Amino acid sequence: MTALLTVEGLTKAYPGVVANDRVSFDIAEGEVHALLGENGAGKSTLVKMIYGLVQPDAGQMTLRGTAYAPSEPSAARAAGVAMVFQHFSLFDALNVAENIALGMEHPPPMRRLAARIREVSETYGLPLKPGRLVGDLSAGERQRVEIIRCLLQDPKLLIMDEPTSVLTPQEVGILFATLRKLAAEGTAILYISHKLEEIRTLCDRATILRRGRVVDSCNPREKSAAELAEMMVGAKLTAPSRAGVSPGEVVLEVSELSLPSANPFGTSLRDISFSVRAGEILGVGGVAGNGQDELLAALSGEAPVAPGAVRLKGQPIGSLGPSPRRRIAVLAAPEERLGHAAAPDMSLTENALLTAAIREGLAARGFLKWPAAKAFAEKVIEAFDVRTPGPGNAARSLSGGNLQKFVIGREVLQRPEVLVVNQPTWGVDASAAASIRQALLDLAESGTAVIVISQDLDELMEISDRFAALNEGRLSSPRPAKGLTLEEIGLMMGGAHDMEVAHVAE
Amino acid sequence: MDFGAINPVVLFASLMVASTPILLAAIGELVVEKSGVLNLGVEGMMITGAICGFAIAVETGSPTLGFIAAMAGGAALSLVFGFLTQVLMSNQVATGLALTLFGLGFSALIGQGYVGTKPPATDRLNLGVLSDIPILGRMLFSHDLIVYLSLALVATVWAFLRFTRAGLILRAVGENHDAAHALGYKVVRIRLAAIAFGGACAGLGGAYLSLVRVPQWTEGMTSGAGWIALAIVVFASWRAGRVLLGAYLFGGVAVLQLNLQAAGLAVPVELLSASPYLVTILVLVIMSADRGRAALNAPASLGRVFHAST
Repeated sequence: MTALLTVEGLTKAYPGVVANDRVSFDIAEGEVHALLGENGAGKSTLVKMIYGLVQPDAGQMTLRGTAYAPSEPSAARAAGVAMVFQHFSLFDALNVAENIALGMEHPPPMRRLAARIREVSETYGLPLKPGRLVGDLSAGERQRVEIIRCLLQDPKLLIMDEPTSVLTPQEVGILFATLRKLAAEGTAILYISHKLEEIRTLCDRATILRRGRVVDSCNPREKSAAELAEMMVGAKLTAPSRAGVSPGEVVLEVSELSLPSANPFGTSLRDISFSVRAGEILGVGGVAGNGQDELLAALSGEAPVAPGAVRLKGQPIGSLGPSPRRRIAVLAAPEERLGHAAAPDMSLTENALLTAAIREGLAARGFLKWPAAKAFAEKVIEAFDVRTPGPGNAARSLSGGNLQKFVIGREVLQRPEVLVVNQPTWGVDASAAASIRQALLDLAESGTAVIVISQDLDELMEISDRFAALNEGRLSSPRPAKGLTLEEIGLMMGGAHDMEVAHVAE
Repeated sequence: MDFGAINPVVLFASLMVASTPILLAAIGELVVEKSGVLNLGVEGMMITGAICGFAIAVETGSPTLGFIAAMAGGAALSLVFGFLTQVLMSNQVATGLALTLFGLGFSALIGQGYVGTKPPATDRLNLGVLSDIPILGRMLFSHDLIVYLSLALVATVWAFLRFTRAGLILRAVGENHDAAHALGYKVVRIRLAAIAFGGACAGLGGAYLSLVRVPQWTEGMTSGAGWIALAIVVFASWRAGRVLLGAYLFGGVAVLQLNLQAAGLAVPVELLSASPYLVTILVLVIMSADRGRAALNAPASLGRVFHAST
């Protein structure tokens, strides 16, 4: 095979951190090449350099035998390099055709473009209506917009940054069929993910990055997922464990909970009913944007609902706000670390005060008890191994994993009866994620009812007793997590949102 | 009371003149906000334009040069705002307010020598046959160039945002600046261009006030027109057509209440003077009451600081 893109000694340093340190690898035509590594290993910086968004400090690239140094994304696109972003680079208030036109160098007139979109989307089994507003599309459909935007430019190299994190298993299957068809036509694909099973089924070769350096490369089909994980982390990982506890009384009961969404592109909750027992973990799966944020808001009290819709041990609490709910030990940790779960520019002590003032008695008659607040923050830092110089540091200065440990630990140490967490390990490195999961398991073991909302199915299967899925604001009826197959979960999550399987090259 | 003195033909003709300054400022601000920038300095840019235009027109004797100078003055002041908010990433609300205060003071300083001076007259456009049509000719076709320019500008802005690629890029930058940056568009450069356009429009509107509508120079003569322009943009849910409607409604009620005052209507003068503001805001609030749809048209990145972190 001939090398399509060769990367030699690429280096990029940011103040205080070397994101890429002499990275070298090559991609052949028609190859599906995986870039493996933890968060912060330098994968994103590397592909941004290939796509021209970031200029390398040193090193060179060769594309099809000629020197390649894109100064901006349009130069990369002109050279045949296209990219599908991790956080979609889409515009909610514009329609599909307008979004696609924005990603092209010389888009044809809108009517011709709409026809082209239909044609290409049918060829690859990714149906799309060009006139629809992107804000109304599901996550899977939004990704189709991104992919078709790339395909219309006839790329030689397609970069995909964590493309499956928001897809149902069925949608992942269809995406892979599309990618294999592209690869068979000679397009090289650079695939970034930390989902090891996916890489084992899809990719021909893997380059492994750790702390900005290439540490290894291998054929992922010949390795087990555990072996790949160890190459990635550089250490052995222990899976969270729990002692089998039989669940107790029903603590939290939700019945016929409905909540209209507060923003035009949000999802309204419809008729949600479930109950959680003491000592039980209920996992709520589902693709992002199907009502996760709204469910957390309804359970934490941010969005008051009908009093009887949420009951704690039979008492109606639906109309209570967050503070009264904290008083009766119903606690929550939302998804967005910076801005929702923590105030970025306030110190850890102040952030501890913000949610723990009531239950830990950190304020009296309107005055703050600073020493007690500092002691509580220190307790969280100590118990959850938060790496920070001290509680006086701003929340923003912590890495994602450490701040997440702090945010979860702050709630866990307030002895909740019910704890609701949304995306507890999103964007957190493997070892921090493992310790957060262990903390949730330990909490349940001590008799708390825990609700974990997450898009990471592996995580939910690992820690939850029962599993339910959110789909367009409705919750499937919870089923025991043990023995659920990936296909059943996919169907609970709404299947493939009327996608058809790509007509894989016959 | 003598309502017979109110001539509907003259009323409509003066409505168009009264509305033009606000229409110009509002259509400029619409473009600025569509690019995701909230410039609260419209009032300051208008009054700067008013004095720049007035001074140059008086010194050179040419209203045309005055209007050009007003656009240059407004654009220059807006670029100060652009530099502070886009390059130095200062807070847009605070900077915009400062711009208004600065513009008011600065114009008063330049204008000291011009109080009581009479500017050269701006010619009305002779549209030949059209101007001779009875009633309609007097109402619609006997104005100066700027009135028609402002109407053409509304149509141009509408078509620009809807049909052109540049307009699409401008909307994209206002909708999601991070995504636009990721696709390789120059967010800051596009916004600076929009800000300068908005400044030029506001300056032109101000000069129309001092050279045609009043026409003379007094301190603080914009008397809140810039703020009304800002409100019109929001309540018109960022649509060019509705901006036109809002501006003409304001101008219409303003002219009507003056006529009513002259006719001696038994309503306190203060209430009549306040009526254009009240009526315009009320009508536009009712029109934009459908929150979901209005929010859809609002630029999602409006007022947010863009920091290119790559």
